[in-house]
Amino acid sequence: MDVKLRVQRFDPEAADPKPYWEDFTAAIEDNGTVLDALIKIREDTDGTFSLRCSCRSSICGSCAVRINGHAGLACKTQAKDMLVDGVITIEPAGNMPVIKDLVVNFDGFWDKIMQVEPYLKPEGPEPEAEYIASNEAMLHLSDVTSCIMCGSCFSDCTVLEVDPSFLGPAALAKAYRFTADPRDGDENGVSKDRLEELNKPSGMWDCTRCMECVQACPKSVAPMDRIMAMRDQALQAGFHNTNGARHTEAFSDSVEHSGWLDELRLVPKSVGMTNITALVGYAPIAIQAITHGKMPPIIHKKLPQSKNIRKIFDKVEGPEQR
Amino acid sequence: MKYAFFPGCVSRGGCPELYPAAKLICEKLGIELQEMPAASCTGAGVLQEKNELLGDTLNARTFAMAEALDLPILTICSTCQGVMSQANHRLKNLEYRAKVNTFLAEEGLEYKGNARPKHLLWVLIEDVGLDKLLSLVTRPLAGMRLAPFYGCYIVRPTEALEFEDHPERQDALEKIIETIGATVVDFAGKTRCCGFPILTINERNSMAMVGKHTSEAKDLGADAMITPCPLCHLNLDSFQPKAAAQAGRPIGLPILHMPQAIGLAMGLSPDAMGLKRHIVSTKPLLTKIGAGAAS
Repeated sequence: MDVKLRVQRFDPEAADPKPYWEDFTAAIEDNGTVLDALIKIREDTDGTFSLRCSCRSSICGSCAVRINGHAGLACKTQAKDMLVDGVITIEPAGNMPVIKDLVVNFDGFWDKIMQVEPYLKPEGPEPEAEYIASNEAMLHLSDVTSCIMCGSCFSDCTVLEVDPSFLGPAALAKAYRFTADPRDGDENGVSKDRLEELNKPSGMWDCTRCMECVQACPKSVAPMDRIMAMRDQALQAGFHNTNGARHTEAFSDSVEHSGWLDELRLVPKSVGMTNITALVGYAPIAIQAITHGKMPPIIHKKLPQSKNIRKIFDKVEGPEQR
Repeated sequence: MKYAFFPGCVSRGGCPELYPAAKLICEKLGIELQEMPAASCTGAGVLQEKNELLGDTLNARTFAMAEALDLPILTICSTCQGVMSQANHRLKNLEYRAKVNTFLAEEGLEYKGNARPKHLLWVLIEDVGLDKLLSLVTRPLAGMRLAPFYGCYIVRPTEALEFEDHPERQDALEKIIETIGATVVDFAGKTRCCGFPILTINERNSMAMVGKHTSEAKDLGADAMITPCPLCHLNLDSFQPKAAAQAGRPIGLPILHMPQAIGLAMGLSPDAMGLKRHIVSTKPLLTKIGAGAAS
């Protein structure tokens, strides 16, 4: 079949280097992939067209690009499924500088992976032979260890889009791979030093839970789910002194005691009741809400049967469930 | 057409204009809403980061209540929709559901796995039908350019939201915009994050997201943005002046809750739709469609 593609191109050696769009038609098999079409363009139409690829089997992680606006592996995506009004739109992966056409510079990606020290750091006494970890303790890591470093999650991360200092989904998922490894950290497998680092600004609490990374990941790593699990680890390890931790605790307390969200008290509890600077900063927003009739109820009433909700909290959060 | 109504916390808190607007348009559409006053907050993804099992149990409790009423669930909050869909997806696992049900037993509830929570946006397309909606449009928003803003929870992850079975969910908001007579302003940010979840955690990043999306839509000529998510609305409307100050440019893009835009097209008054409760003034767009400004 003939596939029409609209491809974003960039030539750094052009007189005036700017991204531009070019339309191509590629003849591929009916069940061909987006990568088949891109390779066809390079081989049959324009030898200067640049892209990265290697295994063609979603193993190497080289061919992540944006297909119709969302990152994914070109080799894992059937072309016929991606036609929108008869055309597939291809752009380079996002949040990384473009070198040429679909080839992007991964330096920022790798810097962040290295920042989380992606190797085991056991703190207890060294065992006589190898570190032993049971199957049960490791099986839950099988998805997160299957990351192929393709950069799809990094490309579509909404926080990286506005803040390049954010550690990002790939590095945070990689960090979780160690914080959740029983061999890492102290004798109980608690990676307190790591969690302390990851608890800092630009770390786990800066994720906005948009799920772009979960959607983009071709390997079921589900980075955001790992970040959420890591937040629980941080709370369990006693790291409560961040706005993120306070926000989660205040939210949970509100639901536990009334059954629903007390929005009015959530903000001061999140930024800290003694954080006068932050509270004063929110004053204009509060006044604006009052004058526009948008103030949440001052008296936060409990839902009917809210005692049943409290009982569920007691049961599910009880020691036998942890 | 009757549903168990799950309005969520924000439509009764920080966005009190949404609840009455949604109720009014549902009445016009012949949608009967049965309240579930004892149903709890979904956890909004926040509770889940502390304890996913706890969040799933609270949602299973709501699902069991709807099953007891023998009614499908209708929500007007995208975040509630997403969190309920994700919980329901996990609760397909029989072993997990049995465990969750042990926590509900004392209250005499059991979730059997039949709940199908649906946002009003999906109900309009899948249950009511666009023809029915069109038949109630008495004041088409002709000439009005509306930018759809889905946010995150009603578009991702597609597996839990059952997009494969319901491909029409991908552009449901655009279909609504067209049905009420307005023009769609398509823009890249429509399915990105509004920044609300990190508002108190990293305000600078949160405001950067608000500024980016509202500026992009404004620069493409949008008269307003329309969203099915009250949390997105809170950030995009209430915090837009702050985001504009951070971005160093004026924005001034009114943000409409989806039911408000539909209500206007049905001829309901701007006051009834709560349009005076917006931080970014809705007057210019009301003048444009000849609805007069909210008093």
